Amino acid sequence: MTESTYRIQGATGDWEVVIGLEVHAQITSSAKLFSGASTEFGAEPNTQVSLVDAAMPGMLPVPNQECVRQAVRTGLALNAEIHKYSRFDRKNYFYADLPQGYQISQLYHPIVGEGVIEVALDEKDPDSEVRQIGVERIHIEQDAGKLMHDQHPTMSYVDLNRSGVALMEIVSRPDMRSPVEAGAYVKKLRSILRYVGSCDGNMEQGSMRADVNVSVRKPGDELGIRTETKNVNSVRFVQQVIEIEANRQVDVLEAGGEIVQETRLYDPDRNETRSMRSKEDAHDYRYFPDPDLLPLELTDDFIADCKSSLPELPDAKRKRYETELGLTTYNAAVLTAEAETARAFEVLLKETAGKQGKAETDVATQVANWSLSIAPGVQKALEVTADHEHNTPAANAAILAMVAGGSVSGGQAKEIYEIALKTGRDPEEIADTDGLKQTSDTGAIEEEIEKILEANADKVEEYRGGKDKLFGFFVGQTMKAMKGKANPQVVNELLKKKLG
Amino acid sequence: MSNITDLGIKAIRDGVRDGTFSAREVAEAFNANVAAGKELNAFLVETPEHALAAADAADKARAAGEELAPMAGVPVGMKDLFCTDGVEATAGSHILEGFTPQYESTVSANLWKAGAGMLGKLNMDQFAMGSSNETSAFGNVISPWRRNDGGNTDLAPGGSSGGSASAVSGRLCPAATGTDTGGSIRQPAAFVGISGIKPTYGRCSRWGVVAFASSLDQAGSMAHDVTDCAIMLQAMAGFDPKDATSLDLPVPDWENALSGDLKGKRVGIPKEYRIDGTPKEIDDLWEQGAEWLRDAGAEIVEISLPHTKYALPAYYIIAPAEASSNLARYDGVRYGQRELPDGAGLQDMYAATRAEGFGPEVKRRIMIGTYVLSAGFYDAYYTQAQKVRSLIARDFEQAWEHCDMILAPTAPSAAFGLGEKADDPLAMYLNDVFAVPASLAGLPAMSVPGGLDGQGLPLGLQIVGKALDEQSVLNAGLAIEQRAGFTARPDKWW
Repeated sequence: MTESTYRIQGATGDWEVVIGLEVHAQITSSAKLFSGASTEFGAEPNTQVSLVDAAMPGMLPVPNQECVRQAVRTGLALNAEIHKYSRFDRKNYFYADLPQGYQISQLYHPIVGEGVIEVALDEKDPDSEVRQIGVERIHIEQDAGKLMHDQHPTMSYVDLNRSGVALMEIVSRPDMRSPVEAGAYVKKLRSILRYVGSCDGNMEQGSMRADVNVSVRKPGDELGIRTETKNVNSVRFVQQVIEIEANRQVDVLEAGGEIVQETRLYDPDRNETRSMRSKEDAHDYRYFPDPDLLPLELTDDFIADCKSSLPELPDAKRKRYETELGLTTYNAAVLTAEAETARAFEVLLKETAGKQGKAETDVATQVANWSLSIAPGVQKALEVTADHEHNTPAANAAILAMVAGGSVSGGQAKEIYEIALKTGRDPEEIADTDGLKQTSDTGAIEEEIEKILEANADKVEEYRGGKDKLFGFFVGQTMKAMKGKANPQVVNELLKKKLG
Repeated sequence: MSNITDLGIKAIRDGVRDGTFSAREVAEAFNANVAAGKELNAFLVETPEHALAAADAADKARAAGEELAPMAGVPVGMKDLFCTDGVEATAGSHILEGFTPQYESTVSANLWKAGAGMLGKLNMDQFAMGSSNETSAFGNVISPWRRNDGGNTDLAPGGSSGGSASAVSGRLCPAATGTDTGGSIRQPAAFVGISGIKPTYGRCSRWGVVAFASSLDQAGSMAHDVTDCAIMLQAMAGFDPKDATSLDLPVPDWENALSGDLKGKRVGIPKEYRIDGTPKEIDDLWEQGAEWLRDAGAEIVEISLPHTKYALPAYYIIAPAEASSNLARYDGVRYGQRELPDGAGLQDMYAATRAEGFGPEVKRRIMIGTYVLSAGFYDAYYTQAQKVRSLIARDFEQAWEHCDMILAPTAPSAAFGLGEKADDPLAMYLNDVFAVPASLAGLPAMSVPGGLDGQGLPLGLQIVGKALDEQSVLNAGLAIEQRAGFTARPDKWW
């Protein structure tokens, strides 16, 4: 494993950047962590609030087993240690978005311990540098509500829909050394979460966000004092925060100042970070075990069930695509980066192999090229998405079969696909009815070729005299005579034979 | 039968079932006593129509020839810590004034399902923090008992379930719910000469009960005798999926298995409960109690609970720690009192609301709890107290190798006068010295009346049992009851 060479050039020399991330990932679950209330995104304010979420007197939390299961599955996917004994603690502080006056979290005994994520800096490059980023722990906790400051001139409103929603906090080791590494880590983590199905990874909806810890040091020195920038909600912003914050720290240190351990906020509009509170006025959260909840004790059977429920994960899938399906590193990487892309590819692969009566390995490259470049190009031109109702695996497979059988050219395939997307008509019927087929009928093509050679005897002489470039002219004339519907491969072969 | 309101649960239930009287007559009689008992200040809210509706349902069921539910026709009082649908619940504090829950606690729902009705909500120490009922924001509850010195000093009914104790003892209700965190059922029961049981932690759901200290809070029954306690506890208990600490076990038929015959049982007398300064009358009663149990067939053995002296300090760390967090939700935002001074921001509103809404004892415990959980003090206090708690539980485990239950006094004194201890929190906390160990260990424990002291005031005896063995506790209670012949009752002066 090579070390990062990313450095900040300061007046006093090069500085190394040390980065750790705490990623908060909303657990995919129809109900909240400790109440039965719904977790649907975008509902009217305060419509998804149970008595427990509103902290009414006498209400008690009951752990949602599905959330526990998803956290364990995530830990297993990160090759992390699963703690059979874990416990919930209360983190006490007063704020308007926290009705209980405490957040239920796991400080002392988290459900998941040490794990590791393998991150390629450029997934699509077979020679990309690879880093092992340590995961220190994953714990489960409740989300808070949301304050709305723009509803009233003198008052703030509180929306408790999010109050009590289950989060996983995935805490990395300070193992990253550049914005690119941090970005690749977040993308890889998001990809794994989506494969596992434990978080939808939608950063713009807030279902995944990161607290970014940054410090700088001269290479080889002890760790510097870090700052923590809260609630950063895109990969790009994570990278920007690191750059801004590292440069700011270098400026402070080189001006003879000291870094204050503090919490900062990122302002994307002004692209700067601002101090929120320093360590001195940090809260004393008075963590202690939540007496309303018993410790979580996981059985071996439960953990085994979680393990067997895991799908093939992106690293394993990418390797299989390369070795078994014979795809290029690039294609394998792009197809496996997102669970949804890989799923769609595998459905079409199966359908195509069946349709053509071939093994999947024999059609994999055709399907990959179609899925990654041709089909998305047409979709983009039509301004439709891959989940368009007419974009069925059967339709795609039918087109690919016609191409493979030689009855349809690459250009015709695109046209057929376009019509199929717009109308939902059957691709084979489109090819027939709309005349989007090429002929491989040697008799018909030969007949036209003979007429053309006869009419252009002078050019035939020139060609035979060594003017090779004229071959293209004959191909063009033949295609024109065939109204563009001749199989170009057959035309080429026949012309070569006739011209000698 | 002289008076319906002299009857307890079993007698009322059987009388309604046999047609000796109607449930409506019972409810009306008790409603009248509640209305006439305002001087005791036992009730915060009166709900005569609730009691009547349950009574009418019982009478109707009987008329239709249906089998009656186990507490059909029995009206009870509810400690104000329980949320009952549509009835104001304050937990004895100003901060919850005006709060009317739109939900029914599991325990009260279980009681209504068993056919009981509600006479009203009972006064209590604020958030169940107190041993004399003097911390209520709505005035002291007064014990129906008077000293036999001819004076008319108002006596404390004990606490925190003081309203329950006073109301049962004064025949304002035949039985009442209580909650016990560190003796809040047993000590008031002892002070007013009634029986009260706290079951094993987890028997009764805490859902819908305003929390004081979650790992200790446990509901129980308070009634005239052991049988009534058994009947009512049976109706209250049961597994509740809404409480993660609820025990997923069937509720035994305690009433049916009641027996005062203790042959083959061993009763432990913990030597560490002999504390200097305990009045001789209490020590004498304790010895008498052991004699009664021997008479019932039990073998009396001396046992040791070596960590007893650390129980009270550990309790006064753990309970306030939990309370400081549990009471954070009373912030003036969603319900109850709100103080919003001019120009106040969020933190100002919290501070003003809580300063105004909480009483001094509640504030004291929130501050103690906040302190012991603070960075730098947590290990010295909270962690240490948890270790002590484990040692106390282990003391009991080891004791069970030598005995099946433990006999001890309930409290170190008889009822004291209102105000006599109000200025000395430590003296007040010492009232719980015999009660707290069983709470820390989560064990079932009950108090039964044993006799009167020289001032003519009731004294209680406490039985502590193994986890889940409420039956042995009730049986020993019954054996004492059968021998003590405790029939004293306060003269009506209110």
